Amino acid sequence: MSSARAQLARMLALVPYLQRREAVPLEEVARDLGVSADQVVRDLNVLWFCGLPGLGMGDLIEVDMDALDGEGVVRVSNADYLSRPLRLRADEASALLVALQTLRATTPADQHGVIDSVIGKIAAAAEDGGAHADQVAVQVADAGAEVEVRDRLERALADRRQVRLTYHVPSRDEVTERVVDPLGLLVHDGRAYLRAWCHLAGGERRFRLDRVRAAVVLGSTVSSPRPDAGASPAELDEAIFTPAPEAGTARLLLAGPARWVADYVPHEGARETDEGLEVTLRVGDPRWLERLVLQCAPHARVLEPTTVARRVRELAAASLELYGPA
Amino acid sequence: MASDEKTERLLNLLITLLVSRTYVTKDRLRVVIEGYRDLDDAAFEKKFERDKDELRALGVPIEIGSHEPYFDDAVGYRVRPDAFALPDIELTADEAAVVGLAARVWQHAGLAARTGDALRKLTAAGVEVDRSALDIAQPRLDATEPAFADLWDATQRRMPVTFAYRRSGAAEASARTVRPWGLVSSQGRWYLAGFDVDRDDTRIFRLSRIEGAVRRAGRPGSFTVPDDLDLRSLTRTLLPTEPVAEARLLVRPGAGLGLRARASEVRAATGATPPGEWEELRVPYAREDALVDEVLSYGPVVVVRDPESARAAVVRRLTSVVEGPA
Repeated sequence: MSSARAQLARMLALVPYLQRREAVPLEEVARDLGVSADQVVRDLNVLWFCGLPGLGMGDLIEVDMDALDGEGVVRVSNADYLSRPLRLRADEASALLVALQTLRATTPADQHGVIDSVIGKIAAAAEDGGAHADQVAVQVADAGAEVEVRDRLERALADRRQVRLTYHVPSRDEVTERVVDPLGLLVHDGRAYLRAWCHLAGGERRFRLDRVRAAVVLGSTVSSPRPDAGASPAELDEAIFTPAPEAGTARLLLAGPARWVADYVPHEGARETDEGLEVTLRVGDPRWLERLVLQCAPHARVLEPTTVARRVRELAAASLELYGPA
Repeated sequence: MASDEKTERLLNLLITLLVSRTYVTKDRLRVVIEGYRDLDDAAFEKKFERDKDELRALGVPIEIGSHEPYFDDAVGYRVRPDAFALPDIELTADEAAVVGLAARVWQHAGLAARTGDALRKLTAAGVEVDRSALDIAQPRLDATEPAFADLWDATQRRMPVTFAYRRSGAAEASARTVRPWGLVSSQGRWYLAGFDVDRDDTRIFRLSRIEGAVRRAGRPGSFTVPDDLDLRSLTRTLLPTEPVAEARLLVRPGAGLGLRARASEVRAATGATPPGEWEELRVPYAREDALVDEVLSYGPVVVVRDPESARAAVVRRLTSVVEGPA
């Protein structure tokens, strides 16, 4: 978008916003409109020269620069023709409506009424009546079994209670019991997760809700600080989904039917070789890699580390033995 | 700054068109708007055309018309205030809180920005968007596929596109020309549903398999989306299918937890078993190859009893690992 167009877009929100109010502190304007205070000042300095053109200077919008410099408040007048913001463009409405649909899909049924009401109002206010939003559908992973678990975890979060989790760890083929301090719920890549301080592991962990077998809210209050203070969602996300520093590097060779792995598993690079696709990835628990390679047998091969490669062959040989002599 | 002058000119042009009850001719605009006054004919035409495009790109509805149908030179422009302005929109406190939550759903920078623009307009219209209330899980909607932004635009603007697409497991990508009907997010991954022009049929494309750039292959609005397009039912075809049969598996006590969670029956194994202690599980499955993959992933704690074809597949694949390259 051209910088002039972006600036005009901000002004077309700024002017009606200010006209609904007497005088607003600069910081509040910036916060409400999601723009930096410096940018608001720059925009006001351009706005000052705008208005209904005519002979001479025309009829300019009045920006009270004295109030801005003196008291740090913003006051604008003589702009009655811009008392309302520009309507919602189809693509803006689509972005918001798809977000609302996603929210609805991950929310308990008793909240659907309020969300549906918002969807109706936003669609009605959009350029296209919200029609373009129908061209996007978001299907979150089936939450059926997770709803009860999530409800409990939400209550625990609100009351700052500890939770005893019964959790399935597929890479170890184990169900574990642990006490956690819930820090937050989030959905990433279509799956719901609990972020929590785990007293068993002595660190922050994330738990996939579809792997929680049971969640019991305990009487005890959480012992770790309030979550999320100061961190942006993006930062949290990065911290949560970045492999632990102690994770090792592995190289895999993927032939035809196993090439899907490169599409599904986060990796650090893939290159085409004569024998197939060679993928480099970070692996926290070698057992996870063993299982993945066995699942793809014989189309995935571990090039590195050789300990895992050997272990996969041992497991395959032991499994084969169970089927008796050929 | 040139950009400031341009913003000023665009806003003055918009105000002129918005305030006028009649169509404003180009000649009149050239007189009243300072930025147009000193230009020669060609430069004025060029600048005016660009400015109109800028305003339209922001979503400003500029009408062309004339009050004197017999004189071409009387053609003029106007912006009707009721078409320009966001209609009245009133949200309850709960609804405003929902909008605040929805604003945090998009993780994709471009879509997050569009949602932000929509929110700014709502704020300017007097909606008090609360970003902290309502204790419900925060879904995240991300799109890490590079093709996403272009396909979102193409879908919203109904513009045919062409791109290189690599089918699952295929080594080479092939060129596809598609009328993009809709985008579907399923299990955290994005798919494009559309009409494949060369194959003359509806197709679903996974965005992560699109290689390189998405290019336009037609004008915006050059096709219509079928009225009966049901993205949700297309989405369902991407979800796992219902089980069609049951397998009998031998599983070590305490192992195979993922299988146990789905088993319709667990009992002590009878008849001839491999050495050691085993239980027999009946496990429903939709696709035999997926069942075989899963059994293989467990290693020597799960054995297929039947169907015989699955048992043979496990043996064949394990044999390939054991006899294959180290």
